[in-house]
Amino acid sequence: MRYVDEFRDPALARGLIREIETLAARLERGRDRPFSIMEVCGGHTHAIFRYGLEGLLPDIIEFVHGPGCPVCVLPMGRVDDCVAIAERPEVIFATFGDAMRVPGSRKSLLAAKADGADVRMVYSPLDALALARRNLEREVVFFGLGFETTMPSTALTVLRAAREGITNFSIFCNHITIIPTLRALLEMPDLGIDGFIGPGHVSMVIGTEPYRFIAEEFAKPMVVAGFEPIDLLQSLLMVLRQLEEGRAAIENQYARVVPDAGNPRAMGAVEEVYELRPTFEWRGLGSIAHSGVRLREAYAGFDAERRFAVKEVQVADPAACRCGEVLTGQMKPWACPVFGTGCTPDMPLGALMVSSEGACAAYYQYGGLRPPQLEGAA
Amino acid sequence: MCLGIPGRIVALVDEEAMLASVDVSGVRRTVDVVCVAEPGRPLAELIGAWVLVHVGFAMSVIDEEEAAATLKVLTEIGEAEGEIEAMRSGSVEPFHPSPALRAS
Ligand code: SF4
Repeated sequence: MRYVDEFRDPALARGLIREIETLAARLERGRDRPFSIMEVCGGHTHAIFRYGLEGLLPDIIEFVHGPGCPVCVLPMGRVDDCVAIAERPEVIFATFGDAMRVPGSRKSLLAAKADGADVRMVYSPLDALALARRNLEREVVFFGLGFETTMPSTALTVLRAAREGITNFSIFCNHITIIPTLRALLEMPDLGIDGFIGPGHVSMVIGTEPYRFIAEEFAKPMVVAGFEPIDLLQSLLMVLRQLEEGRAAIENQYARVVPDAGNPRAMGAVEEVYELRPTFEWRGLGSIAHSGVRLREAYAGFDAERRFAVKEVQVADPAACRCGEVLTGQMKPWACPVFGTGCTPDMPLGALMVSSEGACAAYYQYGGLRPPQLEGAA
Repeated sequence: MCLGIPGRIVALVDEEAMLASVDVSGVRRTVDVVCVAEPGRPLAELIGAWVLVHVGFAMSVIDEEEAAATLKVLTEIGEAEGEIEAMRSGSVEPFHPSPALRAS
């Protein structure tokens, strides 16, 4: 397929891998720990595992899988709120498929559905709006989830509903914003990240300018990357080149999709519909100031939180979970005591095991990576 | 959820509602094109454009020149590598792509 196949060309991948090997060999001298490169976006995590990229790269390069999987960072209390809304008899609860299996403290949405709640999987918020048009006697609630990538689509759907005068439609808004999150991460005292692979589709909306502080204040390189294997390899090479030259800049490998200015129409819709919350809770990372958005007063009629008086209960994660350490790159998934035993994709304990974009699920599914002791024994 | 997919705008569905039909690998779907519409220009100009589609919304017009430029840089890396390789012929391990990379 156009714009996909070209970026999966094995011959191009070979050239890039050799180039990376040569550069890594030069960089390795005098270095006592690997280069930790964080891919912020869950879509990149998924692609890295799907194409087995880590196995193709020199050992001196290590990917750290960042917090950019919106399903994975959703706190348990919010899942409980979803279930509570979904269980109301008048409600049709519409959600992306990824969110169905995230464990709440009582149950997941999937379990709620099995117990009789009307939960529907949709591909687009527009599908949820269509459900509202067809079921005027019911309340259709869309579970708004994701970073700036999905934020505009939910906002545009709200604007569409407002134009059409639809009143039985609302959003349970759990959208989160990437910049405060990256800042919180960079401010962690023992963060050993050398450079970043920047999120491609978030950047297609916000542009590359908002990342500037990463280079200027924290002196870390970042390269905004596409999602095909070639995109990721080239971006990695660009990060390594910056490291070699002692530079820190924000570069854009994915210019075919990401204009440096972002998408003004998408950002306009975001501005119009949402305001920042004072703070938002993340699974594994705690509360981060200004990291979530909610609907503005003008769109209060479309806000499920107000409509159903949701009370944002905080629920502690199960004690055995190490999701926070894994999310911030301080621990590998297999080092979590319940990895593969108490926590598997079929019976996930933590959210990182749920989504195919979560680091634990990727480690489990693509097996390739094992604790070093096992590798030695094999 | 965060992965988008390239598709081609093939027809307008409802010009006023800013909806168009997009072909993604042979599957057609009605997509919201508000984010890729140029204000003041007829929507029909978008027909034939390649766009990145994300949860039912066209979010970016794929820039063909940028795509070509990226690929050109990559090809040059490949060519330079080929020459270097010829120089130290025989000393380089053959490349074994992972099964996933090969399968695609
Ligand atoms: S194995 Fe499960 S509990 Fe442990 S960090 Fe991963 S998702 Fe969390």
